Amino acid sequence: MGLLSKKDAKLITDPLADNNPITIQVLGICSALAITAELKASIVMGISVMAVLGIGNVVISLMRNIIPSKIRIIVQLVVAAALVIVVDQILKAFSYELSKTLSVFVGLIITNCIIMGRFEAFALGNGPWRSFLDGIGNAAGYAIILVIVGFFRELLGSGTLLGFRVLGDPIEKTGLYALGYENNGFMLLSPMALIVVGVIIWVQRYKNRALIED
Amino acid sequence: MEHLELFFKSIFIDNMIFATFLGMCSYLAVSKKVSTAVGLGAAVIFVLAVTVPLNWLLDQYILQPGALRWLGPEYADYDLSFLSFILFIATIATMVQLVEIVVEKFSPSLYNSLGIFLPLIAVNCAILGGSLFMQAREIPTLGLALNYGVSSGIGWFLAILAIAAIREKIRYSNVPAPLRGLGITFIITGLMAIGFMSFGGMLTGGDEETSEQTETAQIEQVQKQEEDNKLAENTTTINE
Repeated sequence: MGLLSKKDAKLITDPLADNNPITIQVLGICSALAITAELKASIVMGISVMAVLGIGNVVISLMRNIIPSKIRIIVQLVVAAALVIVVDQILKAFSYELSKTLSVFVGLIITNCIIMGRFEAFALGNGPWRSFLDGIGNAAGYAIILVIVGFFRELLGSGTLLGFRVLGDPIEKTGLYALGYENNGFMLLSPMALIVVGVIIWVQRYKNRALIED
Repeated sequence: MEHLELFFKSIFIDNMIFATFLGMCSYLAVSKKVSTAVGLGAAVIFVLAVTVPLNWLLDQYILQPGALRWLGPEYADYDLSFLSFILFIATIATMVQLVEIVVEKFSPSLYNSLGIFLPLIAVNCAILGGSLFMQAREIPTLGLALNYGVSSGIGWFLAILAIAAIREKIRYSNVPAPLRGLGITFIITGLMAIGFMSFGGMLTGGDEETSEQTETAQIEQVQKQEEDNKLAENTTTINE
């Protein structure tokens, strides 16, 4: 990596696994769970958060010396809200159906704890370039979990991926369904999102024993 | 009747934690002890009861398409609903600050128990989510908006109280090491959410709703309920 120094590259790779915002730092769970019944919605949500966090981190970092510390939370909220409005309007313009599916959860990116957490913990104390990398890295870590959860929920719940029938047709009984396989409609309901994330945490901590809480 | 229905619906059926996952971050972070969980839960009820009616007024008289009509007929075409995120969050942030100052002045004992949680609450998704759902569900009157705020707050309070109590007990159980702490909390919350789903038939009579619930995702369910509500409203107006 000629472009990034080793320290900078770590800013991106760290949140992907060992310091993942969802499974380790426990931030931004709200939206992560509610919209993951479909893979497509998860991917769009991941990209939206990446845009808001990447740009927002740069903005906050550029203003870090002029924000009075007493009102910094309000300043952060306003920056996040402005960016989210832009994302929301873009979604409404180019993919209206999807913006209906995501409903209020686009708006809830504003109060997504990842956004506030990174603004507060990183962007207020670091330069714009490093803040940008940090924002992208954390959003990518968030998006990865969303995509994993969305993948399993859509595959097991409705037998499709991104809307394509990968397991055959359940009505005409082709593919796996010919063998008597049935979709597990339960996976589409909200409680299963929690349990899938719980299992991801379990697997991750089983592989990396250092992360186990006591 | 309308009030009672909304009250129970927001507490049990559309419970913020178990049906829509709002405020999960603080729910997970502050649920290690029952006493702190009670403090945060009370603060959430309080702030929701203040901000939801306030944002309802904003929505009704400033943001909705045609809401500016009271300024004169030439303003009737304006649609400012794209500004709702920023206005709602600004209201919430200022209200939280204001509530903090007022509580500190008039009730130091309450401030001591709620005080540390109030700043946390401005960034709690449950608060903004309450206002956004209030807007999305088109709650018709100010009274119902207040009711919605209070009752969804109570639902959140119940959820965090329950998980805090369970987490205090589970410390003595032999949970597999990698699942300890966060993992098991997620799974317990999932199981509790499945339990809460059984309240789903409470207000609708059961039969049709439950058979469809297994098929559709939660988000679709919410939309469907809205449609049902609208249908019910329409039929009542026709009957009248």
